[in-house]
Amino acid sequence: MDYSPHPTTAPSPPPATGSVSGKAVRPGDRIFLGLSRGSGIALLVIMAAIAAFLTYRSVLAISGDKSNFFTTLDWNAVGTEPKFGIAVLAFGTLVSSVVAMLIAVPVAVGIALFISHYAPRRLASPLGYVIDLLAAVPSIVYGLWGALFLVPHLSGLYGWLNDFLGWTGIFSYSNGAARSLFTVGILLAIMILPIVTSVSREVFLQVPRMHEEAALALGATRWEVIRMSVLPFGRSGVISASMLGLGRALGETMAVATVLSPSFLINASLLDPGGGTFAQNIASKFSEADTFGQDALIASGLVLFVITLLVNGAARLIIARRKEYSGASA
Amino acid sequence: MAKRIDVSGLNAYYGAHKAIDDISMTVEPRSVTAFIGPSGCGKSTFLRTLNRMHEVTPGGRVEGKVMLDDENLYGSGVDPVAVRRTVGMVFQRPNPFPTMSIFDNVAAGLRLNGKYRKSELKDVVERSLKGANLWNEVKDRLNKPGSGLSGGQQQRLCIARAIAVEPQVLLMDEPCSALDPISTLAIEDLIGELKERFTIVIVTHNMQQAARVSDRTAFFNLAAVGKPGKLIEIDETERIFSNPSVQATEDYISGRFG
Amino acid sequence: MTVATSHRHRKVAESRTPLALKQSRLPRWTLPVLALVAVAAGCGTGLAAGLDSAVQWGLIAALLFVVGTFLLTAAVEGGRQAKDRLATTVVWTAFLLAVVPLASLLWETVDRGRKVLNGYFLSHSMGTLPDALPGGGVYHAIIGTLEQVGLATLIAAPLGLLTAIYLVEYGRGTLAKVVTFFVDVMTGIPSIVAGLFVLSVWILILGFGPSGFAGSMALAILMMPVVVRSTEEMLKLVPNELREASLALGIPKWRTVLKVVLPTSIGGITTGVMLAIARITGETAPVLLLVWGAKTINNNPFDGAQQSLPLYVFQQWQQGSDASYDRAWAAALVLIAFVMVLNLVARGIARWKAPKTGR
Repeated sequence: MDYSPHPTTAPSPPPATGSVSGKAVRPGDRIFLGLSRGSGIALLVIMAAIAAFLTYRSVLAISGDKSNFFTTLDWNAVGTEPKFGIAVLAFGTLVSSVVAMLIAVPVAVGIALFISHYAPRRLASPLGYVIDLLAAVPSIVYGLWGALFLVPHLSGLYGWLNDFLGWTGIFSYSNGAARSLFTVGILLAIMILPIVTSVSREVFLQVPRMHEEAALALGATRWEVIRMSVLPFGRSGVISASMLGLGRALGETMAVATVLSPSFLINASLLDPGGGTFAQNIASKFSEADTFGQDALIASGLVLFVITLLVNGAARLIIARRKEYSGASA
Repeated sequence: MAKRIDVSGLNAYYGAHKAIDDISMTVEPRSVTAFIGPSGCGKSTFLRTLNRMHEVTPGGRVEGKVMLDDENLYGSGVDPVAVRRTVGMVFQRPNPFPTMSIFDNVAAGLRLNGKYRKSELKDVVERSLKGANLWNEVKDRLNKPGSGLSGGQQQRLCIARAIAVEPQVLLMDEPCSALDPISTLAIEDLIGELKERFTIVIVTHNMQQAARVSDRTAFFNLAAVGKPGKLIEIDETERIFSNPSVQATEDYISGRFG
Repeated sequence: MTVATSHRHRKVAESRTPLALKQSRLPRWTLPVLALVAVAAGCGTGLAAGLDSAVQWGLIAALLFVVGTFLLTAAVEGGRQAKDRLATTVVWTAFLLAVVPLASLLWETVDRGRKVLNGYFLSHSMGTLPDALPGGGVYHAIIGTLEQVGLATLIAAPLGLLTAIYLVEYGRGTLAKVVTFFVDVMTGIPSIVAGLFVLSVWILILGFGPSGFAGSMALAILMMPVVVRSTEEMLKLVPNELREASLALGIPKWRTVLKVVLPTSIGGITTGVMLAIARITGETAPVLLLVWGAKTINNNPFDGAQQSLPLYVFQQWQQGSDASYDRAWAAALVLIAFVMVLNLVARGIARWKAPKTGR
């Protein structure tokens, strides 16, 4: 992008072969440019096709839906009277993602600060490395671990929450297996922790030394240095990191499908089974769906697609604004 | 509001590398002391040992004594944070907090040190900005970000921020090296006014500047690249620039090396 | 001090705590002792109250430690120091709390996975073995994963590479901006949506059946933006002087890109592609929709259902018997090992090739 101003039109010096220099573009250049531009266009075509075909199948599904697609609390896409809606899925996706963000973001910022400003120097870069590696662990492994290890270990904690906070209704717990939206939230938090940490750490490490020294020289403690210069500088970076994490949490399929015990109802208690998420519903309903049922699932997938687009778009906007801002203050 | 600094037997290291070797000197209160010398001679490092900023750099380590009147900055139980509150610092490149307004920048140090009433804060900010000869230029835009000012104004803002907490000593690390001649002149004038109230130590590459602003001048040198820097001599500025007692100083002043 | 104590100076001096370089500090041994006490108290309360899960014990201990240090520091060293100490303990606690589940994840996978992981497991498929019985293996899943990921790479790597070259070497104007924007958008597509897209076109509209290739197409969609992004970054690192030097010699642009720019950044590009491969290897959702998961060996990715490692883990978990759980863990271990090796090799290449990019 920051390449010299007129590379394509730059006149090539007279070649040794002595051919006419009037030709603007050589065949080799033309083919190469065509190939690379073609790939870019192919990418656009794919994106357009995704939007178009998902919309097309969704229209088929929604027009066959005998109830309101957005408010129905049921998913029954077979038979002559199909009734299905995304209300429960929207609820479950929202709740589990919010829980995940509430847990993951503060902890991730803490870890990022730990690596960038607190950990002994010798430990810091291997730690960053390990965190990056953890970001690569496949989600199905998190799902397996969540279902077979995390779930059994949470019922004690949930009983405890019920004892102290059960009166709120949100934290009431009736001693079943802890396969609820809250568990999903915890698991999603653990999953997005590495990526949010990794991006935040990068931003914290970029804080110019002179801003930190300015605070130090005024007699600031380490925490005050962080509050005065590190956090203000890194704030937008943390926000966009969180949005990227949120994007992942919203679309996560397998970890939710293994942990959640799906039931198509909206339950006020987050610790008891209830709800579902878009992605989980698609994965678990798919095997028993006929063509129309698959179209119905595609319709819910389209909603998920639009939501993640909005979230990611917002994250990109924040990053772009940050670039301008840091350019101005440099 | 000004104290004497008495340094004895001070060594500073970056990891295994010794940056300055066995420095002893006295900095007089309410005067300007300039540090001059070739690049890498350790004058900035030495300056940073005077408010315990050196140990913030990775691997930074200090041995020796720095007495501020009768307290050793490196004594046991001394809190480096309190030291930096007492010995203020202005850096080579102006570094106002980019997310804070002009007002908040000046008030930043005060806010760290306890609760102030709004009117009190306003008083101190106005007084500090006046003290830094910046008040007239910014009084109408105190709520604008400090990063919108010119380089010279930013540096005076940093000076205002440093003097707002009423330190005993003000350290300046080449404060004009990133500025144009007119801004430099403004800062030099300011230094002349500030020495009425503070002990000022300034590191400079510019010998004319040292001659213009300082009462006493210390010349630092190093035997060779990679060797630690040493204090060659310290004396009245006039004497250093007219009739130094060491040959190396004379060579440096007259431009024969460095 | 005594000379210049004008009125205004005194006012400031009054409103803050008296100046002192020395502050009373907690002795060094306080924090470790406090940590021990907190852990003991956490375990004690846990035992006494009969709390069955270690999660609660840990939470109690962490809370006690954080609050304890804060109060003690506030009492001895003052409010500012206490806040600083609080931040330090909270940051450390956050780190330790996060390490526990992540370490547990790795530990459980290795510990439970090695039970049935052996040569037999790696070289046999499930065949007709009933799911509840022990035995069987992942050979068919490994074959499927390798073929699907290989095909996806064959599609996505050249497209991604060329797109990145277009963006860095030629890209100006609207088209480049639009492509850049949609690469970002594409990065955020949930994997299940990519699966649904191929499902709607390839299977529902064109009428093909499930196959490894169908899965590959969805994986390629997920892989492409990652390749574009990382390649772009690497190409931007190539100094302009190199390009100009080559162009000034009269070498055409396309040969400059092929012979100068790409070789300079080949290490970084390889790393990026390998990391992208590692990422799609673990994808389950699109494979579930498009490949279906066969129990027997199917070497042909273009015809009929296949298996893949992540899907195998999921299906074995679904069976819900002890034997299938064992197989799920073992396959998960194989999967993690594969992804980690790819990651380590990729990062190794990046480090090994790093000096060439001029750093």
